[in-house]
Amino acid sequence: MRIRPLAALILAALTITACSSGSSPSGAGRTVTLVTHDSFAVSKPVLRAFTKRTGITVKVLKSGDAGAALNQAILTKDDPLGDAFFGVDNTFLSRALGAGIFVPFTAKGLSRVPAAFRLDPRRRLTPIDYGDVCVNYDKAWFARQKLAVPRTLDDLADPQYKGRLVVENPATSSPGLAFLLATVARYGRDGWTDYWKRLRANDVKVVDGWEQAYDTEFSAGSGHGAQPLVVSYASSPPAEVYYADPKPTTAPTGVLTDTCFRQVELAGVLRGARHPEAARQLINFMLSEKFQADIPLQMFVFPARAGTPLPSVFTKFATVPRRPLWLAPAVIGAQRDNWIKQWTTTVLR
Amino acid sequence: MTRAGRVALVALPVAFLAVFFAWPVIAILGRGLVPHGALNLDPLGQVLTDPSLRHVFWFTVWQALLSTVITVVLGLPGAFVLSRYRFRGRTVVRALVTVPFVLPTVVVGAAFRALGVSGSLAAILLAHVFFNYAVVVRTVGGLWSHLDPRPEEAAQVLGANRWRTFVGVTLPALRPAIIAAASIVFLFCFTSFGVILILGGPRYATLETEIYRQTAQLLDLPVAAALAVVQLAAVLAALAAGGRARGRRTEALGLRAAGEASVRPRGARAHAFLAANLGFMLVFLGTPLAVLVIRSFGAGFGFDAYRALTRTSSGFLEPPIRSVWTSLRYAAIATVIALVVGGAAAFALAGAHRSRRRGRGLLDALIMLPLGVSAVTVGFGFLIALDSPPLDLRTSPAIIPIAHALIAIPFVVRVMLPVLQSIDPRLREAAAVLGAAPRRVWLEVDLRIAARAALVAAGFAFAISLGEFGATLFIVRPETTTLPVAIYRLLGRPGAASYDQAMAASTILMVLTAASVLLIERLRVRDVGEF
Repeated sequence: MRIRPLAALILAALTITACSSGSSPSGAGRTVTLVTHDSFAVSKPVLRAFTKRTGITVKVLKSGDAGAALNQAILTKDDPLGDAFFGVDNTFLSRALGAGIFVPFTAKGLSRVPAAFRLDPRRRLTPIDYGDVCVNYDKAWFARQKLAVPRTLDDLADPQYKGRLVVENPATSSPGLAFLLATVARYGRDGWTDYWKRLRANDVKVVDGWEQAYDTEFSAGSGHGAQPLVVSYASSPPAEVYYADPKPTTAPTGVLTDTCFRQVELAGVLRGARHPEAARQLINFMLSEKFQADIPLQMFVFPARAGTPLPSVFTKFATVPRRPLWLAPAVIGAQRDNWIKQWTTTVLR
Repeated sequence: MTRAGRVALVALPVAFLAVFFAWPVIAILGRGLVPHGALNLDPLGQVLTDPSLRHVFWFTVWQALLSTVITVVLGLPGAFVLSRYRFRGRTVVRALVTVPFVLPTVVVGAAFRALGVSGSLAAILLAHVFFNYAVVVRTVGGLWSHLDPRPEEAAQVLGANRWRTFVGVTLPALRPAIIAAASIVFLFCFTSFGVILILGGPRYATLETEIYRQTAQLLDLPVAAALAVVQLAAVLAALAAGGRARGRRTEALGLRAAGEASVRPRGARAHAFLAANLGFMLVFLGTPLAVLVIRSFGAGFGFDAYRALTRTSSGFLEPPIRSVWTSLRYAAIATVIALVVGGAAAFALAGAHRSRRRGRGLLDALIMLPLGVSAVTVGFGFLIALDSPPLDLRTSPAIIPIAHALIAIPFVVRVMLPVLQSIDPRLREAAAVLGAAPRRVWLEVDLRIAARAALVAAGFAFAISLGEFGATLFIVRPETTTLPVAIYRLLGRPGAASYDQAMAASTILMVLTAASVLLIERLRVRDVGEF
């Protein structure tokens, strides 16, 4: 046998495959499939608690970002991939509801959720978490330059901050889109393009996604870039503290609270689900205290349920803007693609 | 080979590609262009007449052509020194050269940006060369190391200088491999996604980024389908051109064992040439990689980031280091699928070329197509095509190695086919004359020679699967984190510590790739000189 190496390789591969299939959990009970995007996260003990209480095992299916995951759910609406879906936000809400992929269901803890988050009066979608997209600033940079920290969106167009802001492309990035919506909410349908013209004249830097903006271009990011102002999240300062080792006593970054746009994330039972009852139980669980308390440190957003205790990095370092910018989901749904097109012409061409 | 055997060799790859590629793509194109049971070609007209989309199309074509030419020109000398010169550490260099090819774009993008290369056409071209250098070195080098040196020697004895020998003797002999490598590089650059977005910046758009935007963001399936048709047509045209250039005449080359054909560099010029090429690889490929490795040790230059990977942190269900095992498992499965399916296709194509059977061009094109079709198109196609038993694979983990195999199969075929085609028919005739039955001839001649090429292909397939990220992201998959997906997640968290961990995970991916390619190459080196 001269072709032994090849045979050995195949054998090795088969062995590996055999081992792996042996270790899969052989759940005797029921399962429920949650379809979601890549940013969904939950800790293992919390998932186990759900299985222990209900006897239901959760299978999580992920694909792409929030937009891609929702589009896949719409594409498969005749034969859904799973039972429940998590990750519809207010920017895509009207597309999700328009496609009719969710069935109404009143989750157990819904009355504990502030009315402002209950975006679907017919209760096809249940709010799970919220967060704010805001301009973040590098505290050390502004201290070094002895420059006043900007406060408002208007300030960002001021020549003294020329070339200091990096934003994400709204066509490819969720925070980028939220920031575009913030400017529409602030300056109105007729004024927002003028504002972006001013930003462009002020050398705003546009990159494709959050990773490049924050990790590479932001001066307080790990890449020590050139821009001390970046479009990120209100929860970025606590995340900076949480992931740092050793932990600093103050956050290295701050948030411009007047620039924040609110994002609410919702979940629903998919129409045609094979296990609708299990899906309802899962969504009840997602609104329960246990799951809600797990949210901040897993996904770095805020629990939708009022009165959920927050971890100390959040209570110490997070900012919740009192009056975030907001647009009705229906308005966003009708204009989103149009606005992105206009933005591209105004800022990139 | 019996007739039944021949049919099986063709049927296997055709069935695999039909089910896991053609059907899903047709299904998703159908959703876009045949929305209510009637063909609607309006979106196609709309796409073809839109001036900004025309601009996108031409940019896609010429940046891919330019990237391909530069990669081939720079890669050929590299392929030469790594296949014809014998020197200490050659196997290691050959394995290391493969590393850039498998790194996720997000990671390389970060390294390029740290070096100040971004936001320009030059950055796009540089990145394309960086990623695809290994394709030329390995695909062309695979054949080059087996070329009989005697025709070149004869030419030189007859008075041809080095250049004439290269142009008149070596280049024609290498043509199938060069065109194979160029086709692969072209398809990769033509469907380039991450490089365009991350290194080009938001001002650059290709057909691929447009299809992604229309499908994943806007859910405008008609326009996405029209764009995909344009992409498909362009890719088919490119493949046809490559096929013509390759298929005019493939002569049997006297193949030699890899050891025989390589020599120690002799003379100052040879040494200088070797040094120049190794220097180029070191600077051009090594610098971005070094940036990543250095970052992985953090500001304090310690192993904190590596230690952190062994703990379960927020956003992960298990320690990120576990994804190494997941990745290795998928890579092993994908490699076996790719070798079996791609190997069958390579044998079928080699046989069809010998007897000039019809349809060989079609099979050849079908195999290459997965490289030229957008990952979003295939990923979304899986959803609506593979939805009923026994092929309800939409939510099965099996979908990941299958997707990886789709990308690896073209490599397996392109590496094996030039070698198979160049088998001197006299070897077979000699075996037959000596009394070997057809099956025995195939086993003892074709398969034996193929086994060696198959190992090169296996190394490639394994590496492709280890590093695959784009397609993995667009298919719906159960909660299994491969190493590139773990890197992406770590990059998605703020803070220097997370970034360092992403770089540490990238370093592990690099080491893993180099080690597995080296290991597989080892299998090859051990039986050198058997024929």
